[in-house]
Amino acid sequence: MSRHGADRGAPILALGRNLVVSIRDDLDDQAIVELQDRLTEEISRRRAEGVIIDVSRLDVVDTFAGRMIGALAKMSRILDARTVVVGVRPAVAMTLVELGMTLGEVETALNLDRALEILAGSKSR
Amino acid sequence: MTEESNELSTLVAVLRADYDAILDEWLAAQSDEGVRRTELFSEREIRDQSRSVLSAIQDALTGNGEFRLESEDWEPVKDLLKTISQERVDRGGTIEESTRFILTLKQPMFEHLKRHFRSRIEDLLDEIWLSSRIIDQLGMYTMRVFLEERDAVIRRQQAEMMDLSTPVVQVWDGIVALPLIGTLDSERAQMVMENVLEAIVEREALIAIIDITGVPAVDTLVAQHLIKTAAAIRLMGAECVISGISPRIAQTIVHLGVDMPEVVTRGSLESALQYAFQTIGLTVRGK
Repeated sequence: MSRHGADRGAPILALGRNLVVSIRDDLDDQAIVELQDRLTEEISRRRAEGVIIDVSRLDVVDTFAGRMIGALAKMSRILDARTVVVGVRPAVAMTLVELGMTLGEVETALNLDRALEILAGSKSR
Repeated sequence: MTEESNELSTLVAVLRADYDAILDEWLAAQSDEGVRRTELFSEREIRDQSRSVLSAIQDALTGNGEFRLESEDWEPVKDLLKTISQERVDRGGTIEESTRFILTLKQPMFEHLKRHFRSRIEDLLDEIWLSSRIIDQLGMYTMRVFLEERDAVIRRQQAEMMDLSTPVVQVWDGIVALPLIGTLDSERAQMVMENVLEAIVEREALIAIIDITGVPAVDTLVAQHLIKTAAAIRLMGAECVISGISPRIAQTIVHLGVDMPEVVTRGSLESALQYAFQTIGLTVRGK
C-alpha cells in the first residue's frame, strides 16, 4: 500500500539528517493527504532535523497549493524539523502574493544548495 | 451605355493624354502649397514618388468597372501611398504634408478635365465629382496610414521606455539592485516585480535592493506594490531592501498608515549596500 502510494505521490528523499520532498502540479487531494502522512511519518522515524520542500516543478499555484505548502511546513516544524521551501518560480511567487499568501512563517531559499546551507547553520538568515 | 459599365474610362483617357503635363503641374502645385519639403526629400525623390503614384493611379483606373478603393485594382496605389507616408513619418514630416501631397493632385486634374470638356458642362461636373471622390479617398487613406505608422512608433517607444525604466544591475555576487526613476504606476510596478524576480533566478541573488531615490512621490498604491514585491522576493528565497527613502517619503508612509513590517528599509543606497554586505558575510576594508 505504501509502496503503491510512493509511486503515485511525491517522492521523499533522505539527505543526511534532512528530508527533501518535491511537489508537482498533478497532486490531487488524496495524494496530498497521503504525502502529509508519509512526510510526518518519515520525520519522526528518521528524526530528521530539516525538511526541504522543493516546489521548482510547480508551475501553477492556487490557494489550495499555497495552504498545502504552509501546512506541510507547519507540521514539520511541530515535529522539530526546520523547514525551507526552495525553487519558488517568479510567476508562482507573484501569484501567491496576489492571493495574499506570503507564507510569512516559512523559510525560503533560492535553490537546494542554499537550503542545505541554511539547514547546516553555516548561513543562518 | 458604356459610361455606366465603366465610369473610369473618360478619366483615364484624360490622364493618359496629358500625363506629363499633369505630373509637372502636380509638382508645381506641391511646391506652391508648401508640401515639398526639400530638407526632407530631394527634388528627385519627390518627382519619383509623384510619378509612381500617378502611374499607379492610371493603372488602377484602367481596370474596368467603378471606383472602389477596396478593390484589388487600387492595392498598388495604396501600397505606394503607405510607403511614402511611412517614409514621411520616419523623416519627421507632418500629417498635413503627407495628406496634401495627394490632395494637390486635384488642381491639375480639374484643370485638364476643364480643357477636355470645355463645352459639355454636365460631363465636366460628373468627371470632376468622380476624380474628387477618388483623390479625397486617397487622401483619407494617406491620413490613416500616417496615423497608424505614428501610433506604431509611439508603441515602440513606450515598450523601449518600459525596458529602460526597470533595469536590474548586479552590484556584487549575490546582490542585485534596481534603481527606480520616475513615477510608479501599476503597470510599471508589475514590470519591476517581474524583472527583479527574473533577475534573482538568473543571477542567483540573495539580496535585491530597490532604490527609490528617483521616485518623486509614494502613495498607498505604490507602497502596496513595494510591499508585495518584497513579499514575492522573500518567497523566492532572497531578501529585499528598499533604499533611497527620503525624509519626506518616510513621513508620507507613516501618515498614510502603511505598515511595512517585513521590509528592510535604508535611507541611502550606500547603507543598503552595507547592510547587504553584512548579510552575506562580507566586510569592506580600506587599503
